[in-house]
Amino acid sequence: MTDLVSTPAPLQRRRRRKDKISAAETRAAFLFLLPSLLGFLAFMLIPIIASLGLSFTNWQLLKPPEFISFSNYIRLLTTDPSFFKVLGNTLFFTIEYLVLNIVISLTLAVWISSLKRAQQWFRVIFFIPTFTPTIAVSIVWLLIFTPGGVMDYVFQTLSLNVPNLLLDGNLAMQAVIIVTLWASVGYNMVLFNAALDMVPQSYLEAARIDGASAWDQFWKIRLPLISPTIFFGTVMTAITSLQVFDQIYVITRGGPGSSTATLGFAIYTNGFQNYQMGYASSLAWVMFVMIMALTGLQFWLQRKWVHYDA
Amino acid sequence: MTPEHRIPHQPPRQFHTIAIEVLSLLGLSLVALLFLFPFFWMVSNAVRGNNEVLAVPPRLLPNEYQWGNFVEAWLHLPFGRFFLNSFIVAGSVTAITVVVSALAAYAFARLKFPGREGILVAYLGTLMIPQVMLVIPLFLIISKLGMVNTYQGMILPMAFSSFGAFLLRQFFLSIPRELEEAALIDGASRLRILVSIIIPLSMPAIGLLSLFTFIGQWNNFLWPLIVVNGMEYATLPLGLTMFQTQQGTAWNFIMAGATLSMIPGVILAILLQRIIYKGITVGAGFGGR
Repeated sequence: MTDLVSTPAPLQRRRRRKDKISAAETRAAFLFLLPSLLGFLAFMLIPIIASLGLSFTNWQLLKPPEFISFSNYIRLLTTDPSFFKVLGNTLFFTIEYLVLNIVISLTLAVWISSLKRAQQWFRVIFFIPTFTPTIAVSIVWLLIFTPGGVMDYVFQTLSLNVPNLLLDGNLAMQAVIIVTLWASVGYNMVLFNAALDMVPQSYLEAARIDGASAWDQFWKIRLPLISPTIFFGTVMTAITSLQVFDQIYVITRGGPGSSTATLGFAIYTNGFQNYQMGYASSLAWVMFVMIMALTGLQFWLQRKWVHYDA
Repeated sequence: MTPEHRIPHQPPRQFHTIAIEVLSLLGLSLVALLFLFPFFWMVSNAVRGNNEVLAVPPRLLPNEYQWGNFVEAWLHLPFGRFFLNSFIVAGSVTAITVVVSALAAYAFARLKFPGREGILVAYLGTLMIPQVMLVIPLFLIISKLGMVNTYQGMILPMAFSSFGAFLLRQFFLSIPRELEEAALIDGASRLRILVSIIIPLSMPAIGLLSLFTFIGQWNNFLWPLIVVNGMEYATLPLGLTMFQTQQGTAWNFIMAGATLSMIPGVILAILLQRIIYKGITVGAGFGGR
């Protein structure tokens, strides 16, 4: 009897609460949201739609835009000789950088968390570059890499027969990757370090008593336990590295030749140096599709290696 | 297993682990020292004559220290002006972002209105939009508004953060409703409740949002590159690249400018390391790196 009476009560209350969207509260909410919504419309939603629209025009800044249907996309897939080079450069940078970033930041995180003292000092040292302007970092590294600079001197002293990184079409991208790693690896290091600290000490204790080596403890306990964090770091780093621009603008300007021209750099040069805004917009949508595809791929792959429960 | 039986085994084992710990500490110190070299090289080149910059063989420290290079760079190049511009832009974007995000977050967290979930999903959906995709239409909008090469043009398009609203909403939801119910019964307005109850309790989240917004804007390059022409409104990163092209050989002054541009970030990273460490674990730097 009591059951019949008591169970519908919460349901009723919930329904009543749901219906209680009052006009006054809606008005208040609208006022609170107004500045944010205006910003969202003017600087996010409208630009996104405009960007898609522009990618179907031949807008060149001074002349009024004309609708040219899929011509930009056809041009980049068929006649633009640099498009596939740029696409390849972007993927090459992203994949090499992403793998090295995760391996190095994870190594540093594990190394630092294994120390008994000075943990916070190492953490802050490797983190500092992430708080400094990428442009300034790139200019400092440009001085290191520049012909006749300290990098050339180190190669000579070690009798390494390495040409100047910035003058060699095959090596210039490596210079960009080194700079980006130096500038950003500290971010994921802190992220992974924090995750490692949250692994319950009792798990490792239990494994040690069972005779598991430090190596086994890492691969079989700590790594699986922090895999959701590694996944998050990998997805975020992939999204930002597909957009790489600042380092390339300063260090190589896409050169030598077009060996370091990435999508971000090509969008900038097409849009703001050649004033082909329509074509640049279509390149931007290619980048967006790549971001979505790579993120989707990672979410698909995560089923194979990410563990969400201990 | 008598106690005597154990004693001979204990000291060598301890020695072994201590040796490994010391070696590991030394090894990482060496890596850290190498890692810091670019900072050292920047400052060392900022305080030498330009003819010493590319000396063969390279000199680790200058023969003659020219600390006046910093004064020269600050006053005449004019990195002082760029510093001020960076400060105005990053500071304004941060202030506007925090206010706008807090207002929106309160509506998302506490008020009921039609379309609430829809708007929130739309906000989250834009997190993966690359900045370079937005800058072309943003440039069109800003030039239509006549804001090219102005502070407003540099600030306004950057001052909307869907992530800021989302981050603060998550924090506001964790604050018990009971705290504001008494004030509501007493007839306090929603705005009053936000300002005098919710915001003081949310300082950790607001501090994190401010810090990461400020640093993000201080370091931002693409938007100033597009919306600014000339030196008057150039920010530090933009100013640095101007000298790279104009007098690309004045390395010592460029390094002095680079040092100046890094000072706020380095100080904040050192002083606020605990806060940053906590912040990254809750995803406050989302989309940062």
